[in-house]
Amino acid sequence: MDRANLELATGSNPGDHPPPGSGMDPGARMSGCSRAAAILPLELVNIGYAPTGALLLQDISLAFGGNGTSVVLGPNGAGKTLLLRICHGLLTPTAGRVRWRDPELAMHPASQGMVFQKPVVLRRSVEGNIRFALRACRIDPSLHAERLEHALEASGLAPIAGRRAMHLSGGERQRLSMARCLAVRHRVLFLDEPTAHLDPAATRRVEELISLIREDGTRVIMVTHDIGQARRLADEIVFMHRGEILESGPAADFFCRPESPQASAYLAGELLW
Amino acid sequence: MSQFSDAATTAIRMVVQADENLLEIVLLSLQVSLSAVAVAAVIGMPLGAWLTMNRFPGRRAVVAMLNSLMGMPPVVLGLAVYLLLSRAGPLGQYGLLFTPEAMVIAQTLLVLPIIAALTRQTLADLHRDYDEQFRSYRIGPLAGTFILIREGRYSLATALLAGFGRASAEVGAVMIVGGNINHVTRVMTTTIAMETSKGDFSLALGLGIVLMSIVIAINTLVLLLQSREKLA
Repeated sequence: MDRANLELATGSNPGDHPPPGSGMDPGARMSGCSRAAAILPLELVNIGYAPTGALLLQDISLAFGGNGTSVVLGPNGAGKTLLLRICHGLLTPTAGRVRWRDPELAMHPASQGMVFQKPVVLRRSVEGNIRFALRACRIDPSLHAERLEHALEASGLAPIAGRRAMHLSGGERQRLSMARCLAVRHRVLFLDEPTAHLDPAATRRVEELISLIREDGTRVIMVTHDIGQARRLADEIVFMHRGEILESGPAADFFCRPESPQASAYLAGELLW
Repeated sequence: MSQFSDAATTAIRMVVQADENLLEIVLLSLQVSLSAVAVAAVIGMPLGAWLTMNRFPGRRAVVAMLNSLMGMPPVVLGLAVYLLLSRAGPLGQYGLLFTPEAMVIAQTLLVLPIIAALTRQTLADLHRDYDEQFRSYRIGPLAGTFILIREGRYSLATALLAGFGRASAEVGAVMIVGGNINHVTRVMTTTIAMETSKGDFSLALGLGIVLMSIVIAINTLVLLLQSREKLA
């Protein structure tokens, strides 16, 4: 496997994306491959991040293309979350560039979404939260009812659709976060340790939703330090340590034959610092 | 003790019978205080929201100043407004001194920091929770502010009630700029102070009962809103 500077996968299809500003619903139902391919690949070119002088990310070059689930794996403090936030545009790198295939379309709220470690819910009902996401992402109103029903059913939240979101458990809140993404049908979805605070049962339900979203054609890029979860979900692995990408490539190769000593040690359950 | 009970009986009779003099004072008090809160809300809520959503040099100093102004002594503020509105002052040409409008100005300035600071604090707490999610949805600052206001509506209503409580219970500023003129600028608090100094407790007690009822009603409303917020 290559170290950094590696394009993980290709498969983008230049002819599939609607023209920017055409008024087409970027989340409209189309084949999974073409939906994500309209804005992919996402390329990170020599990314550095040092907001206060200390280099938190250094010289990261990487490209996300195609379909499936990429898992950014590594110990705490490796820079995984920073990398994800830079990809999604929540942080601006202090060096390097982030390039989308179609930057204008990629910036449409329906094109890319993010689920945070601590679930964010608005002070309204479960249903109201999903409706809010559909409106915020400018999904065609004629699709709202169908999308809402699908998201509620798939996430198992239909029986509590009218309940106040602030009254939900942590697991239910995270499922609601996933349900919003399921309703919007983003092209690319970033997940920042979405099961970090959940028990095994809640983790399993969230993982099922991640698989469902992926099968629906959304390109999933997620961060975790849970090796078991990475084994269950990843098609591709990006392994980070101390702000650097040490290796990246197909998940099967990574778990069978890790190249870097740090990755081998991490998979063996040794402490890295 | 007998004097107190006689005064209390008379006061209760005045309240129950809706004494004309008492009613006039209560209505003017409500008119002045509600107007002041309305004006302060129109200025203070956008100011609080703006301070939440924007970063600029000296912002922390502005926030600290705003928080400090919440404790502004009414008599000091009354004196400042008096100097502004007096004939020799910069706004003397408008002839506002000793009018209900002058009292509204004074109470607005008194309540404005309370509403602006509480709005900023409420929205800042919400902004901390929702900022990244809103940016993820590419929601701009203006639309984000409206959503935050909707999310924090119960807390913001509490801020308005806190402002009204402060305005309606205040005596120093309205005494100075209003002058406590009978049938013109006489409000509940100034009347209570005057009648007490005259030794005529009936009207003072009657107004005290009304004022206390308003304060209790406001606090009940605040509690109800807070419980609604917990349910939301």
